[in-house]
Amino acid sequence: MGKTTTSASIATGLAKRGHKTVVIDFDVGLRNLDLIMNCERRVVYDFVNVINGEATLNQALIKDKHTDKLHILPASQTRDKEALTREGVEKVLNELSESFEYIVCDSPAGIEHGALMALYYADEAIVVTNPEVSSVRDSDRILGILQSKSRRAEMGMDPVREHLLLTRYNPERVIKGEMLSVQDVEEILAVPLLGVIPESQAVLTASNQGIPVIHDDLSDAGQAYQDAVARLLGEEREHRFLDVQKKGFFSRVFGGKA
Amino acid sequence: MPQATADLFASPCLQFKGSMVPLTTLELLYFDPEKFSQTLQEKIQQAPNLFKNLPLVLSLDKFADDINNLNLLQIRELCAAQELQLVGIRATEPAQIAAAQAAGLAVLQPSRGRQEAPEDDSQSSLQKASEPQTANPQSGAEATEEVEDPPPGNGVAANRVIRTPIRSGQQVYAPGGDLIIMAPVSAGAEILADGNIHVYGPLRGRALAGVRGNTEAMVFCQSLEAELVSIAGQYKISEDLLGNHWKKPSLLKLEDDRLVIREL
Repeated sequence: MGKTTTSASIATGLAKRGHKTVVIDFDVGLRNLDLIMNCERRVVYDFVNVINGEATLNQALIKDKHTDKLHILPASQTRDKEALTREGVEKVLNELSESFEYIVCDSPAGIEHGALMALYYADEAIVVTNPEVSSVRDSDRILGILQSKSRRAEMGMDPVREHLLLTRYNPERVIKGEMLSVQDVEEILAVPLLGVIPESQAVLTASNQGIPVIHDDLSDAGQAYQDAVARLLGEEREHRFLDVQKKGFFSRVFGGKA
Repeated sequence: MPQATADLFASPCLQFKGSMVPLTTLELLYFDPEKFSQTLQEKIQQAPNLFKNLPLVLSLDKFADDINNLNLLQIRELCAAQELQLVGIRATEPAQIAAAQAAGLAVLQPSRGRQEAPEDDSQSSLQKASEPQTANPQSGAEATEEVEDPPPGNGVAANRVIRTPIRSGQQVYAPGGDLIIMAPVSAGAEILADGNIHVYGPLRGRALAGVRGNTEAMVFCQSLEAELVSIAGQYKISEDLLGNHWKKPSLLKLEDDRLVIREL
């Protein structure tokens, strides 16, 4: 659906703009983030080791090769999901917040334990959805959980700030009626739109190469993620890539890469 | 043999399917046959249509009495006498489960972490029976998520105002009053009130007004896109709602025991 791709790109984008950022993989048992960030061979200790006190944070944090101010805290591939405890997660987040400006938590799919842990301490949430009915319905559900089961909800604090990110958007298929339009999704979810990432070969290529797609300045998806990061930091930017591109224009400018 | 019949017999004769079925739960605190019968009858008289031939699940989550005083067969008979059908129980105690199995009743998972709204008639052995519950063994955990606590009783009707969207999987109930929602109600959400329901936004989920039998209750919404609307047990599903009023500001109420839709 694009959660891990998005976490990697948003975290990279924040770091590229000079903010010290760490991205945590909450998908215990599957471990995808380190593949997308191309650091799986450098994983020695992981998130669960830190929670269990078997390693220090500094031992587990991996420095990103491409981006200076970016660190990755990988998930464990072997452990049981229940190893993530609320107290343990809180301890790690508190320690990280001492030295990092942004902590990006990459949530696993669904509404199980890992996802609940990832969202519990959130101040802001980016809900990633695809333009199809079932995905939008799931996002609606997770938004409900965000506003009832997060720490901010339980403590009666200001609610978690919600952002909507629509990925794999294909304007041609929207016109054919095969996909929901941006307007449809916005109307159903009633959450401010952070960005629309077009369906793009660049996303797949980037994942396979282990370089977050936001590095790809020439691709539409890369630019769309850069826009999303700018909006997250408070900039006003117009949404792009919402309409069918005129044939010839992009290929002329970008040599067919987009 | 005709070809169609041959095709039919070539396929398996049954298949299992998961589905969500709304069930009403009867919460039992202690069991006294006479009181049980009497309270049941009183409750039913409030909304005879709602209860007719209703399948019931007996919840023993709050059963505090001695298990030996619990006679499930007798409870089933007392329910049957009121045209209610007891189909199963919700319980965790091994003794209760054994009793259910002996009585040939299904055992469902108990509700977890569910907060009951305070009841006025705490004397009664039957807690409110009219709140429909969604029985789903797989995901009972978040079937009900209260968005805000009900306001404390202050002499005025206990109306409840909610300003945040009601999302899929959430259930909000306004006991004893109106429910006013100033945001969208998503598909898959359920809103209930003893009184009227107002939705200042699109109503895409399920709305049940007058759940304790108030036939004067009404449902107002800015855009009618509901999965189900019910007033005092009379209901229409989205297929019946499609038509001139779909996606328009609408009012739903009972006229001569029939649920009708009017332009707002």
